[in-house]
Amino acid sequence: MSEIQTIELAARAAEEPTAEPKGGRFLFSSWHLVLIPIAVVMVIPLVWMVVTSLQTLEETRHYPPTLVPTSLQFRNYTDVLQQAPFARWFVNTLLVTLACVVGNLLFCSLAGYAFARIRFFGREVAFILILATLMVPFQVVIIPTFLIVRSFHLIDTLGALILPNLVGAFGIFMLRQFFRTLPVELEEAARIDGASRLGILFKIVLPLSGPALATLAVITFMWTWNDFLWPLITIYNSNNMTIQLGLATFQGAHQSNTNLLMAANVMSMLPVLLLFFFAQRYFIRGIATTGLKG
Amino acid sequence: MAVREANVRRVVTSDHVVGWAFASPAVLLIIVFGLVPIVWSALLSFQKTNLLSPPHWVGLANYRALPNDPLFEQAMVHSAIYTVLFVPFSVAGGLLTAVALNRPVRGIRIYRTAVFVPVVVSTIATVIIFLWVFDPNFGLANWLLGKVGLGPFAFFTSSNGALYSIVAMTVWGWIGFNVIVYLAALQGIPRELVEAAEIDGAGTWGIFRNVTIPLLGPVTLFLVVWSSINALQLFDEVYLATNGGPGTATYVPVLYLYKLAFQGGIAGYAAAIAYVLFAVILVLTIVQLLIGKRMVHYAP
Repeated sequence: MSEIQTIELAARAAEEPTAEPKGGRFLFSSWHLVLIPIAVVMVIPLVWMVVTSLQTLEETRHYPPTLVPTSLQFRNYTDVLQQAPFARWFVNTLLVTLACVVGNLLFCSLAGYAFARIRFFGREVAFILILATLMVPFQVVIIPTFLIVRSFHLIDTLGALILPNLVGAFGIFMLRQFFRTLPVELEEAARIDGASRLGILFKIVLPLSGPALATLAVITFMWTWNDFLWPLITIYNSNNMTIQLGLATFQGAHQSNTNLLMAANVMSMLPVLLLFFFAQRYFIRGIATTGLKG
Repeated sequence: MAVREANVRRVVTSDHVVGWAFASPAVLLIIVFGLVPIVWSALLSFQKTNLLSPPHWVGLANYRALPNDPLFEQAMVHSAIYTVLFVPFSVAGGLLTAVALNRPVRGIRIYRTAVFVPVVVSTIATVIIFLWVFDPNFGLANWLLGKVGLGPFAFFTSSNGALYSIVAMTVWGWIGFNVIVYLAALQGIPRELVEAAEIDGAGTWGIFRNVTIPLLGPVTLFLVVWSSINALQLFDEVYLATNGGPGTATYVPVLYLYKLAFQGGIAGYAAAIAYVLFAVILVLTIVQLLIGKRMVHYAP
């Protein structure tokens, strides 16, 4: 089975899960006995986070744990926003994430198309070198990458987070593989009509590549939004922090204010959760892509 | 003039020029931030440098010092224990969960979402949640375990239990990834094979054991390799949950090299650790692939 087919199956698996039984039959299956405990274990930590975020400080310092708060303390959320520059961290993260998503879509499309369709001198060597960087864990290269970014005077700026992540070897590889599955006849016809390569890419190839581009965008969004180690190394000033790094410093400063910490945590994951619920298909596709190409 | 213009035009629109014009932004960025660091990191591992003053060459001294460094040894041992626990739990757990989630039962959509959601939760958010759930005094975990007569446990604050707590937390965060990959693979198993086995009188367990598992071989091999690579690169969760503690109970290689390079100013030695870790990952991956090749049968 081809990679693309498998990924399609994965996406479909998430979308329309194996046809739920129709009508009133099979209301209860013994599989529920397996599924309920699994789901409970997965969900309890998240539910507990939300419940705690609405408690008073006294309720969090109570044993046995307060399962149902007496009143919902929504002011925990406004308190968090007042005590730490969360809005600023959101804006920073959004800027960095958008820049990286746009950069990856543009540069990976251009390079992926060149590697898929254009025969040019040194193409194979360049492609193999790009793939080689996929094999090396980021931790191995983190020290020199820091030195390079420092030599560009980007340390403690958002540029440090954007520039090295504007393009990824994974995205180039994924789009190249996808472009190669498209019928080449359309492009050849357009070339005979005198269309330029750039025109073909933007008017024919990319409009046919919606799902692949969406997958790349969603995966890049998730990686950038959730990245921690690189911001930790390159950003020092609170004003330049991303939400993850800010959350970590907030945790350091408010270790005993569990309710505020949980409120901050809920807010930090809202954008990714929203994206997950609206673009679940592309998350699944992206994960199946990383998972099944091996 | 016309001829020259046409020549210029042909060069500009030639595949070599257009190809490089398309590829060069990406290639340039990957050279600067991908390839140069790989080589530079190798050079650093033969140097003594604090990242501020100019480095000087020390030959193999960094690598020679590694076997005599008790902290490095501890980090490698912790990493091995972590990997040996994390990989089977997340891969086998992922398989069983995926099989259950592949059944046509009511509310399957809700079950799936419940299992998938932790995948998109960031590591820091996961750590903040688990520091609270595993809180020794007020945590939900001790209360629930107490109901069945277990505990109380100190979790992250116990030098015996901290590493296992990190295993539990990371399995929670990662298992959804494996489930998604397995689910996709399960959808790819031809119905005819399962039906043929049913006609031959195979039960649910027999089908699972003799049809499903062999057909999932390639995916399992991939997940074992991928989870092992990620397990050996563990950093975020340890840095945030225990920072290597209590004492040095949860020191792992990447945490150690981070502390050496960015807190201790011993970057050359840290680069040597990074390269040794890379070598370990590479060798383990090759060994797993070789063993896998003999055990896994790829479908025709």
